[in-house]
Amino acid sequence: MVTPTDTARPPSTGTATVLETEGVTKSFGGVQALRGVDFHLAEGEIHALVGENGAGKSTLIKVLTGVHRPDEGSVRFAGREVEFHRPAEAQRAGISTIYQEVNLVPLLSVARNIFLGREPRTRFGLVDTAAMNRRAAELAGSLGVDIDVTEDLGRLGLGAQQMVALARAMSVDSRVVIMDEPTSSLEAREVATLFEVARNLAGRGVGLVFVSHRLDELWELCDRVTVLRDGQLVHAGPMAELDRVNLVAHMLGREVADVVRGGTTEFGDTHRRDREPVLAVTGLDVRKRLHDVAFTVRPGEVVGLGGLLGSGRSETVKAVYGALPVRAGTVSVDGRPVRANSVRHALRSGVALLSEDRKAEGIVPDLSVRDNIALAVLPRFSRAGLVAERRIDALVDTFVRRLRIKAAGPHQKVRELSGGNQQKVLMARWLCTEPRVFLLDEPTRGIDVGAKAEVQALIDELAEQGLAVVLISSEMDELVEGADRIVVLRDGTVERELSGELLTSAALLAALAGAGAGSEEHDDE
Amino acid sequence: MTATTAAPEHLPGSGRARLARLAQRQGALVILVAAVLVSTFVFDSFGTAGNLTNIALQASFLAVVALGMTFVIMSGGIDLSVGSVFALGGVLAAWGAQHGTWAALLVPLTVCGAIGLVQGLVIARGGLPPFIVTLAGLLFARGLLLLISDEGATTYKVPAGSAFRELAQGGFLGIGYPIWIVLAAFAAGGLVLHRTSYGSTVLAVGGQEDAADLMGLPVARTKLVTYTMSGVLAGFGGLLMASYTSSGVTVLGVGMELEVISAVVLGGTLLTGGAGTVLGSLVGVLLLQVIRNVINQVGSLNSNWQAVISGTILLIVVTVQRWLATVERR
Repeated sequence: MVTPTDTARPPSTGTATVLETEGVTKSFGGVQALRGVDFHLAEGEIHALVGENGAGKSTLIKVLTGVHRPDEGSVRFAGREVEFHRPAEAQRAGISTIYQEVNLVPLLSVARNIFLGREPRTRFGLVDTAAMNRRAAELAGSLGVDIDVTEDLGRLGLGAQQMVALARAMSVDSRVVIMDEPTSSLEAREVATLFEVARNLAGRGVGLVFVSHRLDELWELCDRVTVLRDGQLVHAGPMAELDRVNLVAHMLGREVADVVRGGTTEFGDTHRRDREPVLAVTGLDVRKRLHDVAFTVRPGEVVGLGGLLGSGRSETVKAVYGALPVRAGTVSVDGRPVRANSVRHALRSGVALLSEDRKAEGIVPDLSVRDNIALAVLPRFSRAGLVAERRIDALVDTFVRRLRIKAAGPHQKVRELSGGNQQKVLMARWLCTEPRVFLLDEPTRGIDVGAKAEVQALIDELAEQGLAVVLISSEMDELVEGADRIVVLRDGTVERELSGELLTSAALLAALAGAGAGSEEHDDE
Repeated sequence: MTATTAAPEHLPGSGRARLARLAQRQGALVILVAAVLVSTFVFDSFGTAGNLTNIALQASFLAVVALGMTFVIMSGGIDLSVGSVFALGGVLAAWGAQHGTWAALLVPLTVCGAIGLVQGLVIARGGLPPFIVTLAGLLFARGLLLLISDEGATTYKVPAGSAFRELAQGGFLGIGYPIWIVLAAFAAGGLVLHRTSYGSTVLAVGGQEDAADLMGLPVARTKLVTYTMSGVLAGFGGLLMASYTSSGVTVLGVGMELEVISAVVLGGTLLTGGAGTVLGSLVGVLLLQVIRNVINQVGSLNSNWQAVISGTILLIVVTVQRWLATVERR
């Protein structure tokens, strides 16, 4: 198989730019997703588009493919300024997109999927099935994929479906193919085939944009790289001129020389760590997501889960919480095993999860503060379906005070609260269940600085009171200063554990990049 | 390029999956054949040529409506208006027959098609749920029918000797025209589904609307055509019925939409959209008609048993469909 550097084709200088943006700005309801981004894609080049969550990658792709229109700035395709109003228009012009989740129709045959909307016709205007199947088989053959094109798409593996999506892109003679995390659900062998096809396309002069969270793949496949952070372009240049640590530093917005700063968060010092672990996780395995993840958390300890996007942090806490189907592994609380794949049982064992997406998975905006908090304890506080209102009032009152939730009163709608206070309401809800282990997935994302500090102080306080806390955060400072130990995940496995002396931003950066001391080159095969 | 081949990754249990798929698609046919065979042995009068053609003729009105519904359901929608539109089509045809055969044909098809078109517009462009929109259509068409028939008091008659009567009362080779029409319509429907890009698009829209949109398929136009055709076909069914009974009966078609939906689902079309066959719907219609006929053969049975039995079979079929779908996926 190919090794990262020696396949990098000569830099595509001199070739024409096929797709570019100039000063593209886009905001959604006050949130700036893109600020003046200039992006250039040359013919025959494979261009990596990199950035952490919220960096603006998806928005940029959506602008390029006509899903969104930029507020400011322009998009130029094949030398002319274009304005796509719908994905269909971009596609007709020659820009195809392959999404992470295959966007094809599972119940139609492979051939029909490839030619959907552009079927070859017979003299009578009917679909020429024979010709369609023949051409589909030729296309698949030229991609080196051996599939029965008359088979329903849904009966193929995900990798093969991805190839069909590529075949579809090829059949429309695209000049640009955008691949949004195409490899995230593929096996190594399928990835190899996909790369072969991508290089093949680039060789024919097609410009490719490649998004992936598996950093190794970038050097293996891409010629150039554009890094986005907070909606801005922070770096653009040849892939080979960037090493792992520098790339990660760009993504996270830290100068490599500058990572030994500190004191920007509200976390206190380390907590006690002399007691028996309350949460013990061993050999956790989730299909295509996690492999053999193990860690422990003691009472009063905050354990950070570090890792880049796609490394399996959220999947780990979800699996512990029973919300993701686990293939193997054990989770135990206080030495007692927690039944796998059962949120109910996890809750009863004392595990609570504050999920990453509080809008979709937590808060009920039109209910009051009180009712939002009470949701989790309703079963416990009800007799024969009747709710003990006064006991709930008392409990809610306690938590509103303890978490310093700023609301006009317990009956104010949660919708009207600030992001930070909404987050506290959610935390209160879980604390009502008297958890032994609290899993916090990005608890400070999207809330303002002051509230952030309060939430951080609160996490500290909870640990102080003996709760075992697992903290996920994309902010290095928060992780380094908030956690007593950091378990660093990479590609769904535990890369390293940082504690004591090693609990520094520099060490974390190195571990995230997978390039630190003692870390061998990651091999996909 | 080197020959890296990704082997086809068939999901395990392929044989079982194929069997499950066959059962899902042809299950109604198996039940239909069994029902016909058993009934032929049990009831002397069932298997006679006269009774069988009668079943086919009775089924043909429902079948025409079911054809339109099949495409609607395959596109992931539902059309509750077909019963009312069916009745409206019949009344308009009988009314039009006063003014000649062409009026009897064109008036109902135009009006019913227009109702379908408006529903399609609201659903496709306005993005409203088909359930609500066609429920409104149901009320609208029924109201319109009552308006033009003086609250149902006036029953228009097709004039004696009108050529329009021939359409459903005449026949060819001893088989009524409606049966021929249904056969032709379903053959055309099969061709449209399997051999036109409209057909693929219907399945794509029903299977994965977002994907269809991202692939640049004409989602809105496809829905528009689908609902318009459903209106036209429902009106045509009513028109056939008017020709057959020589009058525009105002009380027809109440609850017919549910019977049509049952027939389509019995025929193996997924209620969630994205998969189905037109032939299956024909089988579904025939199955319902055979059940009705058999209940009539047993003279002592209350005719309401027909609904009870149809309902039971429908419930069994959808449960089995769901189960087969999980088997297939595994």
